[in-house]
Amino acid sequence: MNSQDRFKALEALADQRILVLDGAMGTQIQNYRLTEADFQGSRFADWEIPLKGNNDLLNLTRPDVIGEIHRKYIEAGADFVETNTFSATTIAMADYKMEALAAEIARQGARIAREVADEAEARLGRPVGVMGAIGPTNKTLSLSPNVNDPGYRDVTFDQVREAYFEQAEAMAPFIDVFLIETVFDTLNAKAAIKALLDLRAQKGIDLPIIISGTITDASGRTLSGQTAEAFWNSVRHAKPWAIGLNCALGADLMRQHIAAISRVADTRVIAYPNAGLPNAFGEYDETPDQTSAHLKEWANSGLVNVLGGCCGTSPGHIAAIAQAIRSAAPRKLPEVSRAMRLSGLEPFTVAS
Amino acid sequence: MTEARATFINIGERTNITGSAVFRKMITEGRYGDAVDVARQQVESGAQIIDVNMDEGMLDGVQAMTTYLNLIAAEPDIARVPVMIDSSKWEVIEAGLKCVQGKPIVNSISMKEGEDKFREQARACLSYGAAVVVMAFDEQGQADTAARKIEICQRAFRILTEEVGFPPEDIIFDPNVFAVATGIEEHNTYALDFIEATKVIRQTCPGCHISGGLSNVSFSFRGNEPVRRAMHSVFLYYAIPAGMDMGIVNAGQLDIYDDIDPELRDAVEDVILNRRSDATDRLVDLAERFKGQKGKVQVKDLAWRELPVAKRLQHALVHGITEYIDMDTEEARLNVERPLHVIEGPLMAGMNVVGDLFGSGKMFLPQVVKSARVMKQAVAWLEPYMEAEKRELGLERKSNGKVILATVKGDVHDIGKNIVGVVLACNGYEIVDLGVMVPAEKILDAAVREKADIIGLSGLITPSLDEMVYVASEMQRRGMRQPLLIGGATTSAAHTAVKIEPAIRCAPVVHVVDASRAVGVVSTLLSDEDRPVFLNEVRARYERMREARKDGPPRPRLPIAEARAARLKFDWKCYTPPRPVYEGVRTFEDIDLATLARYIDWTPYFSAWDLAGRYPAILQDKIVGEAASSLWRDTQAMMQQLVGEGWLKPKAVVGFWKANSSVDDIKLAGGESFLTLRQQMIKDNGQPNFALADFVAPEGDDWIGGFCVTAGPEAEEIAQKFAARGDDYSSIMVKAIADRFAEAMAEYMHEKVRKELWAYAPDEALSTEELIAEKYQGIRPAAGYPCQPDHTEKATLFRLLEAEKRIGVELTSSFAMMPASSVSGLYLSHPGSVYFAVGRIDRDQVADYAARKGWETRMAERWLAPILSYDPFVMADAVA
Repeated sequence: MNSQDRFKALEALADQRILVLDGAMGTQIQNYRLTEADFQGSRFADWEIPLKGNNDLLNLTRPDVIGEIHRKYIEAGADFVETNTFSATTIAMADYKMEALAAEIARQGARIAREVADEAEARLGRPVGVMGAIGPTNKTLSLSPNVNDPGYRDVTFDQVREAYFEQAEAMAPFIDVFLIETVFDTLNAKAAIKALLDLRAQKGIDLPIIISGTITDASGRTLSGQTAEAFWNSVRHAKPWAIGLNCALGADLMRQHIAAISRVADTRVIAYPNAGLPNAFGEYDETPDQTSAHLKEWANSGLVNVLGGCCGTSPGHIAAIAQAIRSAAPRKLPEVSRAMRLSGLEPFTVAS
Repeated sequence: MTEARATFINIGERTNITGSAVFRKMITEGRYGDAVDVARQQVESGAQIIDVNMDEGMLDGVQAMTTYLNLIAAEPDIARVPVMIDSSKWEVIEAGLKCVQGKPIVNSISMKEGEDKFREQARACLSYGAAVVVMAFDEQGQADTAARKIEICQRAFRILTEEVGFPPEDIIFDPNVFAVATGIEEHNTYALDFIEATKVIRQTCPGCHISGGLSNVSFSFRGNEPVRRAMHSVFLYYAIPAGMDMGIVNAGQLDIYDDIDPELRDAVEDVILNRRSDATDRLVDLAERFKGQKGKVQVKDLAWRELPVAKRLQHALVHGITEYIDMDTEEARLNVERPLHVIEGPLMAGMNVVGDLFGSGKMFLPQVVKSARVMKQAVAWLEPYMEAEKRELGLERKSNGKVILATVKGDVHDIGKNIVGVVLACNGYEIVDLGVMVPAEKILDAAVREKADIIGLSGLITPSLDEMVYVASEMQRRGMRQPLLIGGATTSAAHTAVKIEPAIRCAPVVHVVDASRAVGVVSTLLSDEDRPVFLNEVRARYERMREARKDGPPRPRLPIAEARAARLKFDWKCYTPPRPVYEGVRTFEDIDLATLARYIDWTPYFSAWDLAGRYPAILQDKIVGEAASSLWRDTQAMMQQLVGEGWLKPKAVVGFWKANSSVDDIKLAGGESFLTLRQQMIKDNGQPNFALADFVAPEGDDWIGGFCVTAGPEAEEIAQKFAARGDDYSSIMVKAIADRFAEAMAEYMHEKVRKELWAYAPDEALSTEELIAEKYQGIRPAAGYPCQPDHTEKATLFRLLEAEKRIGVELTSSFAMMPASSVSGLYLSHPGSVYFAVGRIDRDQVADYAARKGWETRMAERWLAPILSYDPFVMADAVA
C-alpha cells in the first residue's frame, strides 16, 4: 500500500472510530537498561562525549530495540506509530556534537518505523500509519535564555526552519504524516509549519500535518504563554489533519484544555497525555486501567478523534486504551462561524 | 459615535513611528524600554491590536522591528493581544513575521508592483500564518474613485481566494481614505467614494473586512483639532454601517457623534457626504470659530486642584476621579494625627456629600459606584499606615457597623445586592458579602461569627421569597436579634408584611425598596435614638398591610371546569400548523456578539442601575440624563472591548417536538408533557380564559418548541476579576451587560426560529423597536413568568433540551438558571398565540395541577404561592 492509499484508509477509519496512537518511546527505552556501549555501537566508540541518553541515536546503533518497541505498540492495537526522531534535528543534536548526523538519524528512524509497520500491516491485515515525529528542539524562539536581556534569542527563526526542513525531507519517503509535537513555544511550531509548507512548494512533498501542543502546568498555557485557543489560532494556517495536546500533564489535568481545543477546532482532535504526573523519583505511576478510564470518558464525551499515550505509557496502556474506546464514536467536527481569528497570548476574534 | 462603534475594531497607532513623534524619538534614540512602555499603556487603555511600524529613513527597519517585537514578546501584559506588523517594506514585514508566536496581521501588501509580486507575498503571509491588509493599489497607483477601489479590491480578492487559497475572513481591504475639503473639486467625493466602495466590496467579497487610516480624511484641517475630531466621528458614523469594521484611529481624536455641535456636525456632514457644492467653503468659514477650542475629551478643568486638600478629596469623590487620590490622601494624612482621622474627617465628609447628592436625586448610582472606587483607593492608601499604627498601639479600626449580605439559596442574582454593598461600604459600614446561593445556615452562622449588626437578604426570582421566609423562621428558632433587611426585584413590602414578619418575632424586618434607601435604613436601625420610632412606624405599616389583605374581599374565581369551557377556541380544521425544519434538539454556538448587540433592549439595563426611563430618551432626560449618558459612554467602551475580544461565549439550544394539547397539558409525542395553568378570573364580554395549551392543536400534526440561551459563565469570571481589583463599577457593569446579551440572544434565536428553524415567517423584517414591542407571530413564554408562573416546569424543558450537557446551564434547587445570564422558555407558533397573565388561581385548579404533577397539594401550594387566590394556611387551620 502506498502512503496515500494507506492514509485514505486510515482517514476512512477515523470517520468510524477513534484511532489509536502508540505510547512513550523514552520510558520504554529505559526498560532495556542500555549502556553507553549500546548507544555508541561500534561506529561511535571513539566519540569525544558520552552518548547515553541520545535516544534517537539508537536508530543507528540499536535499531532492533526501536523496532521491537514499535512492534509491541502495534500489537497492543496502535493504528499509528511515531518515529523515534523527536530530537533528530541539527539544533537538538548539537548537544552531542552530532549536527552532521541529524538527517541520517531522522531517515533511519523513519525507515525502521516503516519496515515494522509494513510487516505488521501484511500480518494483521489492517493499515498501520507512521507519523514522522518533529520535536520542539531544545531552543525557544519566543523566549530569551538570558534574564537580563529579554530581547536576546539563542537561535533565529530561519535556523530553526532550516533544521526542520532537513529533518522533514529526510523522513518524508518513509512516513505517512508529519507530527509537530510537544509544542511548548508556538513560534518554533510556526517555523516547522513554514518548513513543511516550503517543502511542499519547493519539493512537492505533500503529506498531511498533525500538530500537538503542550500545556505545561495548571496555568493552562503553553510554556511560551499562549492559551489553548490562541495556540490553535496561531497554527490553523497549516490546515492540520488533527490538532491537540500531549505530554506534561496526565489525562485528569489535560482534560479541560483538550476540551477547550475540541470546542473551537474545525479539524480532528488528537491527545496523548502522560501516565499521570511523575512521582518523586521521576517515575510514572498511573496504571493502564487508570489512564484508559480517563480516556474512555473523553471518548464518550465526544472530545477526541485520536488517542494515545506520552511519557510513562507502555504497550499495556495502549492495549487498555484501545480496548476502552473501541465502542466510542469519534468526535464530530464542529461547524465554526467565519471570522478572522487572531491571537497574541490570547485569542482575538473579528467576526466576518 | 453611536452603537455601531461596538462592531468596530480600533487599532492604536502609538507604536507607529509614522504616527507618533514621541515613539519615533524613543526608537531613534534607542530607548527601547520606554518604547515598550508605550505598548503597555496602549494595551492597558484597551487597544485590541497593536500596530507596530518602524518605517523611518535613518533606521534599519529589519533590526528595529525584530528587536521591538522580541522585547514585547517578553511582556505578557502586551503580548496578550495580536500584533499588526506594519511596513511599506516587505523585508521588514517578513522579519516581523519571524518574531511573533501569535497570529498577526500584515499591513500591508498590494498589487503596486504587479500581480506576481502580490501573489508571492500573499503566499508567504499564508505560510507564516498571518491575516493581511490589502491596499487598493495597483500598477497605476492608488485607487481614488469608488469604481477603481472596487475593481482593484475585487481583483485582489479573486487572486487571493482562487489562486493563492487565502481564507476570505483573513483579508482586510484598505480602500484608501483621502483628504476631503482640500479646495480641489475632484477631492470632494473622496469620503463618499470610500464609503460606497466599502459597501460594494463587503457585498461582493464575502467574508472580507474593511479598514482605513482615519486621520487622512481631515488632513486639510491640520491644527484645528475640534474640526478634525468632528470629521473623524462623522466619517465613521457613515463608514461603519457601510461595512468598515477596523481602523487605525486615535481614540482621543474622536467625539461622540451626538455631542458634536449641531452646526459643526451639519457642515461636516455636508463635506463628508458631498451634499452641496459650497460645503468646503462653509466648513472653512465655520472652522475658524471652533479653532483653538479644546474638545470635550481634552477639557480638564483643573481649577479644583487649587482648593484645600479636604475640598480636593471631596471633589475627587463626587466626580469619581482617581487620578490624584493617592497624592491628596497622603497630604491629608500628613496633616492629621492618625491616619484614621483622614477617613473619619475629609473622606467621610466627602462621602456624606455624595450621600446627600444621591439622596436628593442629584447623583445617580453609576456615579456613586465610581465614588466608591475613589474611596476604596484612598482607604487602600491609608491601610498600611493604620496597620502599622494598630501594631504599635493595639488599636482597632472602628466601623459604623457590620452588615452581612447574601443572595439566598437557589438564587444567583446579585447585581442589586452588590450595589447595596458598595453604597453601604462607602458610607463607612463594614460589609461581609457571602455571595449568591447562600443557605440559611451559612448566613446565620456568619452573622454570629462576624458579630454582624444587620443581615441583608437579596433575591430576584419568586422562589427566593419562600427562602427568605425560611431564613426568618430560622432566625426565630435561634433567637437572633439582628434586624433583617429584605431587598430584590420580586420582594415587596406586602410580602414582607404578610409572609416574613409573622415568621420572626424576635427581630425587626424591614423591606428596602432600592439601594438608595439602604443607607438611611441601616443608619436609622443602628441608632439607639432613632430606631424605636422607626420600627414602630414600620411595624404599624406592616400590620395595616396585613389587615388590608385579610379584609379585602376575595375576588371570586371561575370553577376550573367553567374556565376550561371558556378556553380560547381556534378552528383547527382550517389551520395547518407549520412544520419545523427539524425535530429534536440542536445546539447553537459561536454567535457573533456584534450581531447580538443589535438585539439588545437597553431600557432594562438602565433600570438595573436604578435609572428610570426608556432608552434612548433617557440619555436626554432632564433628571437622570447626565448620569445615564455617562453610564452609557462607559458602557459603550466596555461593549467595544467585550464584543471585540469576545468576552462572552453565548450559546443556545433549541428543540422542536411533535405535540398535541390535552385539556391544559401539552403532550409530547415522546411521552413528556408541559403542564400549563389556566386563567380563572371572571371576564366580561366573552373574553376567553387562556392557558398556553390553547395554542397547540388538540389532534393532528402540531409542534411545540423549547429553548434555553445563555451568555455563558464568562461574565461571572470577568466580574470577579474586576471586583478583585476593587473595580465594582466595572464588575456590576459586565454582569448587567451579560444579562442584556442573554435577553438579546433569546430575541435573536426567536427570530431565527420564526424565519429559519420553524420558518413560519420567513420574510419577517422587523426593527429592534418592533422586536421589543413583540410585533411578531408566535410567543416564547418562560416558566416563572405570568403565562406559566410555575418555575418547576423548567425541569421538563431542561431535561428535553439537555441544557446542562449541551450548553452548561444548570437549574438550582429553586429552579433558577445558572449562569444567571440565561433565558429559557417554550416556542408557540400559532398566529393567535398571545402573552397573558394567569393571575390568581383557586383551590380546584391547584389540586388538579398537583395531581397532574404527581405532587401533594401542599407542594403545589408552595410552588404556586405567589398566585394563590386563597391563603392555604388559613383554610388548613379551619379544617383542623
